[in-house]
Amino acid sequence: MSEALLEVNHLKKYFPVTQGLLGRTVGHVKAVDDISIRLEPGETFGLVGESGSGKSTVGRTILRLTEKTDGEVKFKGVDIHSLSPSEMRLLRPRMQLIFQDPYSALNPRVRVGDAIGEALLDHGLCPKSEVRGLVLEALEACGLSSYHIDRFPHEFSGGQRQRIGIARALILNPDLIIADEPVSALDVSIQAQIINLFSRLQQSKGLTYLFISHDLSVVEHLCTRIGVMYLGSMVETAARDELFRQPLHPYTKALLSAVPVPIPKLKRERIVLKGDIPSPANPPSGCKFHTRCPFAVDVCAAEIPVFRDAGGGHFVACHLA
Amino acid sequence: MKEIMKIDGLSTVFFTDEGKVRAVDDISFRVREGETVCIVGESGCGKSVTAMSIMGLVEEPGGKVSGGSIDFLGEDLLRLDKNSLRAIRGHEIAMIFQEPMSSLNPVIKIGEQIMEPLIVHQKMKKKAARQRAVELISQVGISRAEQIADSYPHELSGGMLQRIMIAIAISCSPKLLIADEPTTALDVTIQAQILDMLREFKESSGMSMMLITHDLGVVAEMADYVIVMYSGKIVEEGEVVQLFQNPKHPYTRGLLKSKPVMGQRQDELYSIPGQVPNPLELASSCYFHDRCEHCMPVCRTRHPGLKEVGGGQKAACWLYEEAEVHV
Amino acid sequence: MAADSKLTKLQRPQAKLQKSSLFRQSLRKLMHNKLAVSGFGVVVFMFVLCFIGPFFSPYTDNKINMAMMNKAPNLTHWLGTDALGRDILTRVMQAGRISLTVGLASMVLSVLLGALLGAIAGYYRGLADQIIMRVADLLMTIPGLPLLFIFGALLSEWKIPTDYRMYIVMLMLSIVNWPGLARMVRGQMLSLREREFMQAAVVLGLRDRRKLFGHLLPNIVPLLIVMATLNIGGAILSESVLSFFGLGVMPPTPTWGNMIDAANNMIDFQDHPWLWIPPGLSIFATVIAINIFGDGLRDVLDPKQKR
Repeated sequence: MSEALLEVNHLKKYFPVTQGLLGRTVGHVKAVDDISIRLEPGETFGLVGESGSGKSTVGRTILRLTEKTDGEVKFKGVDIHSLSPSEMRLLRPRMQLIFQDPYSALNPRVRVGDAIGEALLDHGLCPKSEVRGLVLEALEACGLSSYHIDRFPHEFSGGQRQRIGIARALILNPDLIIADEPVSALDVSIQAQIINLFSRLQQSKGLTYLFISHDLSVVEHLCTRIGVMYLGSMVETAARDELFRQPLHPYTKALLSAVPVPIPKLKRERIVLKGDIPSPANPPSGCKFHTRCPFAVDVCAAEIPVFRDAGGGHFVACHLA
Repeated sequence: MKEIMKIDGLSTVFFTDEGKVRAVDDISFRVREGETVCIVGESGCGKSVTAMSIMGLVEEPGGKVSGGSIDFLGEDLLRLDKNSLRAIRGHEIAMIFQEPMSSLNPVIKIGEQIMEPLIVHQKMKKKAARQRAVELISQVGISRAEQIADSYPHELSGGMLQRIMIAIAISCSPKLLIADEPTTALDVTIQAQILDMLREFKESSGMSMMLITHDLGVVAEMADYVIVMYSGKIVEEGEVVQLFQNPKHPYTRGLLKSKPVMGQRQDELYSIPGQVPNPLELASSCYFHDRCEHCMPVCRTRHPGLKEVGGGQKAACWLYEEAEVHV
Repeated sequence: MAADSKLTKLQRPQAKLQKSSLFRQSLRKLMHNKLAVSGFGVVVFMFVLCFIGPFFSPYTDNKINMAMMNKAPNLTHWLGTDALGRDILTRVMQAGRISLTVGLASMVLSVLLGALLGAIAGYYRGLADQIIMRVADLLMTIPGLPLLFIFGALLSEWKIPTDYRMYIVMLMLSIVNWPGLARMVRGQMLSLREREFMQAAVVLGLRDRRKLFGHLLPNIVPLLIVMATLNIGGAILSESVLSFFGLGVMPPTPTWGNMIDAANNMIDFQDHPWLWIPPGLSIFATVIAINIFGDGLRDVLDPKQKR
């Protein structure tokens, strides 16, 4: 097997829950609880889950926006959580993040051109005289025009702002782009434009994506491999077609059947889950999904299922699958 | 079927620093008894403003309903005085919003918030109202109803709160329920629960529903009749199967094609180029013309009217009026 | 994207002309606010009157003229004369110079102090934050006016030369005013730090210097401008109060406050209203105008209002 671009091994991120005046720690929110992901260069891994599944925290912990609790994150063989702040800073341009909300991810008082070009300057990646040219190139690549360079973020629409965010990441020629729900704040017609931009850029620049989303139809469109998270744990990983054709975990099945399809009067078999997602501060025992699982048996509440290969790189954590 | 609500030539404007915005511009439609009408469109198309106008939530000086009529069971809501409007609102027309958290009062117990309309509109006694509130909570699929009635909004999840909102909305058995993006803030598995519940209620009580959403999947699942809005105008409307199978307006077609559909992966998604026009700079042209692949000279100069295009479907597009134009 | 590029081609010529500038956009919005513009007009008028006006007055030497004591407004002395026969109009203008200078200078000083300390506290947090904010808290627990009175009384006790008192009053006002500003700036810093664009700056691997000066400060400047403007009014008021009680700038250097003090008895108050109405009105008009203008600025610049 070739060297992985990104290897996440048994990553854990617990947030302490404090109580009282003195901030005594009374428990932990296990936002990410033993997650392993391996990304080969050039692939798109889709991380799917509902709110509270910890998918965004995975992205942020990989980028070291928050410190891990346990486990390791290896980027090109380097354990990034052991790097010093200055080493980390030098590595940053190699892995970039696209935010969900393009409104808040751009500084309202910084011109678009400066926002895109400043990291190049700050890292001394190119001479000052060439920055403007490169910014224009990045703008063009993301479907924006040259006259946009001197404008401020509030003069753009949501879709355009997301393009600016992509240009800002792209100009650094990163190896890995982590996209955290990049299209969920956008309208349908704009969503399609941005999704296409993602796939076009991947083809032309050989980018690797970690694509975090709750929208299965978008993930199906863009990703080559997909991981499904529930309450901080990975419940299933498989190649795209395999996952959509033959989901093994009941949660994946329910998720797939819950997505509304724009075909009226379509009769589908739907697995409607009972109840709400439990609090990650107090997850259920055994298999975390057993409280909502329509197929749960006694063993599910007692034992944590092993995340195992069900054949052909299709991993699943379920006692019954 | 009997018509519950008939909207004619409704126009709503907002006044901003930069000028007047026609958020809803001369739209007409009707809602029949037991029918679910979906208004679909992208942000800023005026779908929510339509609902706000019906509920009388557009207030001066920010904006005002500038024309048209909203006929609800024979009474024009726009001409009613405050008191009669209040009697209808929340009683015969109920509304649920996208953000349940912000529509509930954070310092009042859930149970009391459900009791309030019962006491006000149905003149119930406190004890009876309480009993009814608990019934309603269990009716919207929440177990431990007694306990939930005594809790505060922040103690519940988004999905639970939306159920509570629905409980409040249906508490007075309204004839019409307006739901503005009721599931947009929720996860898919919760969305499925809520949509199922709404459908069941509609069927068992025979109420009509006006559902506002941007999600074509939700439309397909819920709607009987669909209205597509763009920049404050209705661009197409029709019966749901008809409209999804045979969309007439280029915008509707583009919208349907650009949504990735599970199980129908393509290598490249169709996308509508460009973006929604600035509502301050709307000219007399068709508002969609600069994004339309069928744009003709007439599209740049005049706005098309909504015309019957067969099968009970209506579209506002010059493509279907060619004959008339050339005469 | 064909239609897209068509669109941009259409817009290009016009777009090239106007390079967008946040300053110009804000200015345009401000011009719409009639009240703020008139407030600004009054402020400018007061400045022009006080700093240029005296050059056209024949009475700038402030000679004591016993023959002209307490004369009511007339053609030679438009606003009358005071107990020593000095021209009131000239003295109001000269006093305005001092009062406005004290207001401006103490504002600049307190904004510099407040912004710097607030920014340090908010950006570095930890120990620096603790020390700065505890000092600020301490200063804020003591009511401002009594504190100024004590300072003023001490100054008199120590026999500070009256020429220096003006500068010491500025310093005193700044010391009383900076904690509020520092708190504001710190709060703003803390909330900005949590904003997503600051996370984006981390992901881009930007240096601390750029994060501070390129991203945080530009977002604080509008708030500072508003606070600074409103602060001038407050400073002018405080100075007037101090001078009125004879604890600020001392006569013969005129300020609006000590001019009113000159009418501090029933006879002058009732019989010679021209002694106290002009300086009183000046304080009133200036402070109100500055506050109205400041409010207008806040509406335009406050990032919370920004879409």
